[in-house]
Amino acid sequence: MNLTIFLLALFDGISYAALVFIVALGLTLIFGVMRILNVAHGSLYAIGAYATVSLTGFFLALGFAPVFAFPLMLVSAVLVGVLLGGPIEWLLLRRIYDKPEVLQLLVTFAVFMILEDVQRLLWGTQPYFQASALQALGNVTVFGVTYTVYQLILLPLVAICLLFGLRFFLRHTVIGKLILATTEDREAAQSIGIDADRVFLFTFVVGAVLAGLGGALASPTTSILPGMGADMIVLSFAVVATAGLGQIEGAAVTALMIGLGRSFAVYVWPEVAVLVPYLIMVLVLLVRPEGLFGSPVARKI
Amino acid sequence: MSDISRHTTARGDVKSGGMPSLRALLTLLAVLLLAAVPFIAPSMQLLINLALAKGIAVLGVTVLLRAGQVSFGHALFFGISAYAGAFLMASLPGADLILVLIAGVLGAALSGLLVGLFVVRYRGIFFGMLNLAFSMIFWSILEKFYHVTGGADGIRLPRPTVLGMALERSGFEAVIFYLSIALMVGLGWFTLRWFASPVGQIFQTIKTNETRLEYLGLSPKRVLLSGYLLSAILCGVGGSLMAMTQGVVTPEYVWWVRSAEMVFIAVLGGAGSVRGAFIGALIYEIVRVYASAYAGDIWQMLLGAFLLVIILFAPKGIMGIADGLIHRGGKRRATTAEEAR
Repeated sequence: MNLTIFLLALFDGISYAALVFIVALGLTLIFGVMRILNVAHGSLYAIGAYATVSLTGFFLALGFAPVFAFPLMLVSAVLVGVLLGGPIEWLLLRRIYDKPEVLQLLVTFAVFMILEDVQRLLWGTQPYFQASALQALGNVTVFGVTYTVYQLILLPLVAICLLFGLRFFLRHTVIGKLILATTEDREAAQSIGIDADRVFLFTFVVGAVLAGLGGALASPTTSILPGMGADMIVLSFAVVATAGLGQIEGAAVTALMIGLGRSFAVYVWPEVAVLVPYLIMVLVLLVRPEGLFGSPVARKI
Repeated sequence: MSDISRHTTARGDVKSGGMPSLRALLTLLAVLLLAAVPFIAPSMQLLINLALAKGIAVLGVTVLLRAGQVSFGHALFFGISAYAGAFLMASLPGADLILVLIAGVLGAALSGLLVGLFVVRYRGIFFGMLNLAFSMIFWSILEKFYHVTGGADGIRLPRPTVLGMALERSGFEAVIFYLSIALMVGLGWFTLRWFASPVGQIFQTIKTNETRLEYLGLSPKRVLLSGYLLSAILCGVGGSLMAMTQGVVTPEYVWWVRSAEMVFIAVLGGAGSVRGAFIGALIYEIVRVYASAYAGDIWQMLLGAFLLVIILFAPKGIMGIADGLIHRGGKRRATTAEEAR
């Protein structure tokens, strides 16, 4: 393996890890606060990608500059969060917070099934491709390897900003502290006047926006196909489980591990590349069942 | 705690108030009716056969629901068994049907043991999602190593011989059909007995109070593993029957949609109910065939919506509703002697 291939694999891994991390961040945030694993997260990711492609295509056809694709990504992500995430929490999840875990899993799984068909109805089964955002930023050459600015600089930058932004938001703003308080002890938080329902709604919408944003940012780099949501939910679960459910910083580390592992496998042994994330997950969980950064939960008797 | 995976303690034989005889009678009638399908409705035979194969696999998911666990990846064992049968037929042309079945079940049991050893350390979310991850891994292996597995087109499973005889198509279909019915009755009965056995009782305690189990000095992991093995074997039998009926195996056998379908049918039938698994599978297949002409594009959407409705409004599924009807009927007959319909 020479330097060029090494660098290519490294860059692939970093840009891929950034995308996966953004999606996993939403998943782990929702789980950390609400103790619900949102299986429909993968669909929100896919719909974010589809919405971006459609909106960008529409506005570019009207004669806007390609740079306009970037605000449209944000718009699609927020649309996904508010129009889909909001009602899901408000109409469904709110009814099942006190139900067993398995039931909650089944409910979000049902939402996932519904949304997979919604995508197919709205966008059909043919692949979409919309790379104007990727082209708008041009290329950069590092040690003789030319790579797109979008994937090498923008995606990791967004991921890092989100990581530190979310940390800051949770620890140093009033709303963030309300969320942490509700996470810690819902009843105690309610008794001092925190509206836990609103906190949950807000958290879920933020998580859904992150899923949509992941899809929006991924859209210029790949073709958008049915089934991408199913792949993403399993992959982001692998990231989140390897880190330990609810671990935000841990998810960043494992996303990088899994992203790099996968991209190096692409160059070394392409057949098994898709398996690498799961192999990493299984190996980690064999040694540390709670994940790398999770701690064993004390059991209540 | 009222949730879907608690069925109304349907340990048929310990039900009070003359109910078991009615239940047994209805079951017997249903089995006889199914056995008569090739004579009264030959056009339905294939459809019912597929439904029975699926029903046996759904029974596997049902077993796990009794322990309060849901697996989103049990199509893995369904598929492994089907592929094991197909590979056997490829390397040993003209192998016997029983051999194909045994190869499939062995494959399912072996993989069930390996995956089981890993996933029994987890409950709830992790249990469900790790199973999903394993099935997705196997699915991508099937797709990627196409020179061995035939890729997305899958591989053909030629018609096996039956006790050394090479049968015509119609004869073979009849054999498979009655084999499916026999396996349904046998495995259904076995599963009911297993639930009532000490191991089965301990297995169901994982749902109600696992901590207490540990205090008794029992290992929940080991018990869950035995239930997991049973569920993998049941899925394997279903997959093997399905593959022999269809004559071809594709990666679609392992795809998450298939696992979701199994969970859906298990919940529809009445989570945790053995009879419910088969009733659910029959209703599901029949509705699917007739609805797919009109609603093929939104089938998954309908399933999802219906799943939500069942979970939120009829958590005991079809068997819960049927039990309610039988119960009410029994009461009313006792008081007013009027037929409740």
